[in-house]
Amino acid sequence: MTAQPFNQGSIARRFAAWLHARPRVRLALLLAAPVAWLVVAYLGSLAVLFVNSFWQRDEFTGLVQRTFTLDNFVELLTTPLYGTVLLRTVTMAATVTLTCAVLAFPIAFYMARVASPRVRGLLAVAVLMPLWSSYLIKAYSWRLILSEEGLLNWLLGPLGLRGPGQTEIGLWLVFTYLWLPYMILPLYAGLERIPSSLLEASSDLGARAVTTFRRVIFPLVIPALAAGSIFTFSLTLGDYVAPSLITTTQFVGNLIFLNFGAPDLPFAAALSLAPLGVMLVYLLVARRLGAFSSL
Amino acid sequence: MIKGRLAAIVGIVAIVAAACGTGASPAPSFDLPTAVGDGEGELSVLAWPGYAEDGSYDPAVNWVKPFEDETGCKVTVQVFGTSDEAFSLFSTNPTKYDVISASGDASLRLVRAGYVQPVNMDLVPNYADIFPALKDKPYNTVDGVHYGAPHGRGSNLLMWRTDKIATAPTSWAQMFDANPSWGKQVSVYDAPIYIADAAVVLMSTKPDLKITNPYALDDTQFAAVVDLLKQQKPNISQYWVDYTKQQQAFESGDATIGTTWQVITYLLQSEDPPIPVDVIKPVEGATGWSDTWMINSKTTHLNCAYKWLNHIVSPEVNAQIAAWFGEAPGNSKSCGLSQADQDNCDFFHANDDAFWKDVWYWQTPETACVDGRTDVKCKGFDDWVKAWTEIKG
Repeated sequence: MTAQPFNQGSIARRFAAWLHARPRVRLALLLAAPVAWLVVAYLGSLAVLFVNSFWQRDEFTGLVQRTFTLDNFVELLTTPLYGTVLLRTVTMAATVTLTCAVLAFPIAFYMARVASPRVRGLLAVAVLMPLWSSYLIKAYSWRLILSEEGLLNWLLGPLGLRGPGQTEIGLWLVFTYLWLPYMILPLYAGLERIPSSLLEASSDLGARAVTTFRRVIFPLVIPALAAGSIFTFSLTLGDYVAPSLITTTQFVGNLIFLNFGAPDLPFAAALSLAPLGVMLVYLLVARRLGAFSSL
Repeated sequence: MIKGRLAAIVGIVAIVAAACGTGASPAPSFDLPTAVGDGEGELSVLAWPGYAEDGSYDPAVNWVKPFEDETGCKVTVQVFGTSDEAFSLFSTNPTKYDVISASGDASLRLVRAGYVQPVNMDLVPNYADIFPALKDKPYNTVDGVHYGAPHGRGSNLLMWRTDKIATAPTSWAQMFDANPSWGKQVSVYDAPIYIADAAVVLMSTKPDLKITNPYALDDTQFAAVVDLLKQQKPNISQYWVDYTKQQQAFESGDATIGTTWQVITYLLQSEDPPIPVDVIKPVEGATGWSDTWMINSKTTHLNCAYKWLNHIVSPEVNAQIAAWFGEAPGNSKSCGLSQADQDNCDFFHANDDAFWKDVWYWQTPETACVDGRTDVKCKGFDDWVKAWTEIKG
């Protein structure tokens, strides 16, 4: 018994020494689990999705038949509905992203450059606070706020106004609310990184606030903006819960969900590739804008 | 490097192959069990909401606990909102659920896909008391083989807010009114099977279309039905699958009229203060359901499953469910248990076969017309699904 700890220590030490001489093995051990996770869970499921989209199904039972076909893609491309819905989804994602950017900028700027450390801390908490509660609770709350006899109409009633109700405009508000923190945080990080000397130099050279913003701040903050927009854009693009709670309008996610439940898995898989394609293009553009150096 | 990439591709292909190697095949010839032994201690139930209450909604409403106490089978319940959801859950988890309450638009699909097994009805003693009108139907019996115990039946209903619509509606047509006085306030069941509801309307408003069964629609008939639904679309304020969602919409004033289940009306009327709603089965007749409790072909809890079937269609439990959900019980003895049960049976016409003549139980549309026509091809369920996405826009 008494020899045990000494022995163990010695084995551990010998192993450590062995590892020390082999940096590649060290790296492999460190990365094996996360890389396996990435390959199996992410790339693997994407591959399965891709393969599935080329299969047929039994018309009556919906069972997948593993026979190669391009029918799903032909249908996807020839039915105008899917183009309309995809365009609608991308438009919503772009609008939400733009709104988030416009709203987030002043908040992030104030946090990064104006607020005292104390206020900055409080603001950071305020921005992060909504993320503590469940997405579903927030979406359902908004459903109630926007409803016919809900809070918004009650507040606007005395002014003779009415809220947008459970419409696309209401949904736009909900998405903007839901994803705003994901825009504020990267933007805040980006703005904080701009050296004060640049802003001082700009004003020393006679530039007014607007010019400083346009010529100095904005170009420097583009990567952060692009990084934040990846979140707001992709989160809106893929969401189907909020649309089905707030509106009667279909977005791409709703179509995928319906076909998944039909069940028509091959067509659902083919449909899923559409937003994936959109996202791929978006990420390539974002990389061009330097988003990934800003994450 | 190339070697590494190759290995990665091989790896992914292997994963894909493994992931794809599932899927059920139709059940081969099957030996019926001849006796029910002791329970296996567990049972997983996939049910319509309200069918397997375990006291979690209302402690007084609980017929799962007595079953557990009696048989020692610990029950887990999962509910679903549409037959498609149920079928999809079943096909993606082929071994997870031991029993399912399947409506006609799921049951035949489950049978053909081989997901459920033939049932020896002799081992379900309460089967003897089931109304004859529910036995040996195409949705629970295939080629003379029984696939489960009939549970009960009901009709989809038209519900409205009595404070907002003064004159009580009598017809589904009021849900399809192009310019209703209540505006964009219609609440509709969100499933392709809802297309049949519009077909029921056209059966009486457009007799020249000659629709004889709302689940057997040829090209012309189908196009007319889809048109009617597209015309209704602008007035829809809500699609519901989850019954609580519709309950909430009627409560908050986002829906004034809609297609519903009796249980939702009950829940609204029992709120404090009660929501002013009423329901009818409109003059055109309606779509409805006749449900069957079925057993998974891959179950490892066969004894518990048989015990569950017998429990759920026993006079007492069947009466409780019928009263709670608001439907006609399947067991004829459920009606005589008490005056309240008799009232419930009368209200839902449990033993009045004439009432059910214009109730079209949900069933899956097929290309071989289910009304027996052989000179035309009908739209299959596939087309219904596509049309439903099309209608929603």
